[in-house]
Amino acid sequence: MTLLNVNNLTLEFKTDEGLITAVDNVSFNLAAGEVMGLVGESGSGKSVTAKSLMQLNPGNAVYGDQSKIVLHLDDGPVDVLSLKTAKEMQVVRGGAVSMIFQEPMASFAPAITIGDQMVEQLILHEKVTAAQAKKISIDMLDRVGISEADKRFDQYAFELSGGMRQRAMIAMALSTKPKLLIADEPTTALDVTIQAQVLELMKDLVAEFGMGIIFITHDLGVVAQTADKVAVMYLGELVEQGPVRDVIRNPAHPYTKGLLNALPKLEDLDLPLTPIPGDIPSPLERPSGCVFHTRCPEIISGRCNADIPVSVGIKDDHKASCFAIKDTGVLVA
Amino acid sequence: MSEHPLIKTNNLCVSFPIGKALFGPKLFVQAVAGISLEIARGSFFGLVGESGSGKTTFGRALLNAAPISDGHVEYKDDEVSYNLEHLTKAELKDYRKRAQLIFQDPYAALSPRMTVRDIIAEPLEVMGLTSSREETDARVRDIAEKCRLNLEHLRRFPHAFSGGQRQRISIARALVSNPKFVVADESVAALDVSIQADVLNLLKDLQNELGLTYLFISHDLSVVAHVCDQVAVMYLGRLVETAPTRELFSRPKHPYTKALLSAIPSLDPDHKSALQKLEGEIPSPLSPPPGCKFHTRCPYAIDICKKEEPLAEHVSDGHGVVCHRWKELAAMDSAV
Repeated sequence: MTLLNVNNLTLEFKTDEGLITAVDNVSFNLAAGEVMGLVGESGSGKSVTAKSLMQLNPGNAVYGDQSKIVLHLDDGPVDVLSLKTAKEMQVVRGGAVSMIFQEPMASFAPAITIGDQMVEQLILHEKVTAAQAKKISIDMLDRVGISEADKRFDQYAFELSGGMRQRAMIAMALSTKPKLLIADEPTTALDVTIQAQVLELMKDLVAEFGMGIIFITHDLGVVAQTADKVAVMYLGELVEQGPVRDVIRNPAHPYTKGLLNALPKLEDLDLPLTPIPGDIPSPLERPSGCVFHTRCPEIISGRCNADIPVSVGIKDDHKASCFAIKDTGVLVA
Repeated sequence: MSEHPLIKTNNLCVSFPIGKALFGPKLFVQAVAGISLEIARGSFFGLVGESGSGKTTFGRALLNAAPISDGHVEYKDDEVSYNLEHLTKAELKDYRKRAQLIFQDPYAALSPRMTVRDIIAEPLEVMGLTSSREETDARVRDIAEKCRLNLEHLRRFPHAFSGGQRQRISIARALVSNPKFVVADESVAALDVSIQADVLNLLKDLQNELGLTYLFISHDLSVVAHVCDQVAVMYLGRLVETAPTRELFSRPKHPYTKALLSAIPSLDPDHKSALQKLEGEIPSPLSPPPGCKFHTRCPYAIDICKKEEPLAEHVSDGHGVVCHRWKELAAMDSAV
């Protein structure tokens, strides 16, 4: 069942230097119980895309006319971008959609106990009494593997270790039973051993609750281990998307290939590390034509710097936007 | 080995005071607890461990930037030889020129109010290594070129640069005094993968060109595997295993090293980690567990691990492990 449709999402920020395009014509779908990895360098627009789903971008954000984000909830579809007031948006924010942030320390209020923060949002979104909310919260803390959950309930964020804090964050995000969970680099600040625990936990929770997850990360290894499908972003554009196995084993876009080549691999230590030449351009100076042409090793001059490539199908749901790919005739929606 | 190692530590300890019990003695936390290792000249020495394992403090102690509370650190190059526990003022000044640090965050490490030229020239001016502005400029240009910086960029301010370029500026600043020994503390952790590879390649090239010895501190084992020739693994202020890179990655002996390796997410979506995941988290150094420090999380811990602290044992040339049961475990591995 489709949970989320994002169609032609375009987002610009009004700044003193002019309009900055942060997201350009991005479309994707997500089904319930599906995990989508959203990958890209810093500045590629992955966080901005995810925040659009809850309209969490700052006031100077301008959405394109064609942009449409539809969430399919039990009570019927919700057009997220048409919601205006904070009251209307409560259905989405913290209700149907929850978000886990990168820095668990910065996401909890330092002077309020973990428990009080969890209870507060439960009372806000669900029809429960304070006592019921406390019980749900403690159960949830226990569920994400926090020992002595009833004791932790009365503690402050600084009293927990990094891994524990991230677990508490997950417990809080899931306690309202969201349909869609957005996880913005949830394991980047954690050690590998703790990261492995948290990833394992998130996989279990998807199986149990059946929600959709958008997993933002720059680590393709993490994506390979958790996601069902991947979307690769570069400078606000979705350059490639498809099932995780297809994208990682047969990357089509030169940028995806570059990301994979730049990654140190443990299987072959003699393989040289190949960086992608150059830096991601400033969004103020977006290249003409294909946005990646300034760093692309497969550039077709006269074409890539002039025309904008459209998404072509490679196999099933696997598609990429690049002139160097031969159109295989698979129909792309 | 005939050649003397550049850095040799013997039972190095670093502790920090954490206040005082009422009527009681002063309390200390041991961040580094008795580390003995040798860093050979020209090596790319990797130091890995979780946060809180003491790797940064160890790196700082080698730079004389953290108080050495016990043990010895010896530095010896072609010209001088120092004992870091008791340096005179003149010796310390000279040592600062020979040992340098590259920081983790290139956004925080560069002053936003100085031009790139001034940032790189500052160590030369502070240490008084050049006698004229022309000489300073010549050295700045030389190192900037080696670090693949565009010379026209020297007049700009750091805000105009991307993460990768900023990290190259920090590297140039660290190397301008012609150091022999460089501590790179998580120097690529803040960078995107596509740029990380570029900075790692640069560090490698500079090593060959300038004859540097690195202590490369990182939590990312796959990066360490690619650039380092020798690796040491730390846990709670102690070394648990040290070996040449290939040996460590193909035949790890300590259960902690094995757990770290198996926790790296594989790029193969169908890969299922054969080894069990590590439970729990690193204990607080304020109250380290008795016996082997790793026994609280070790799947193979037995009674002796809870009581006696294991000693370093020799596995093969350059490979040492600190574990009571490594021989048994190795036998178990080969039986499977």
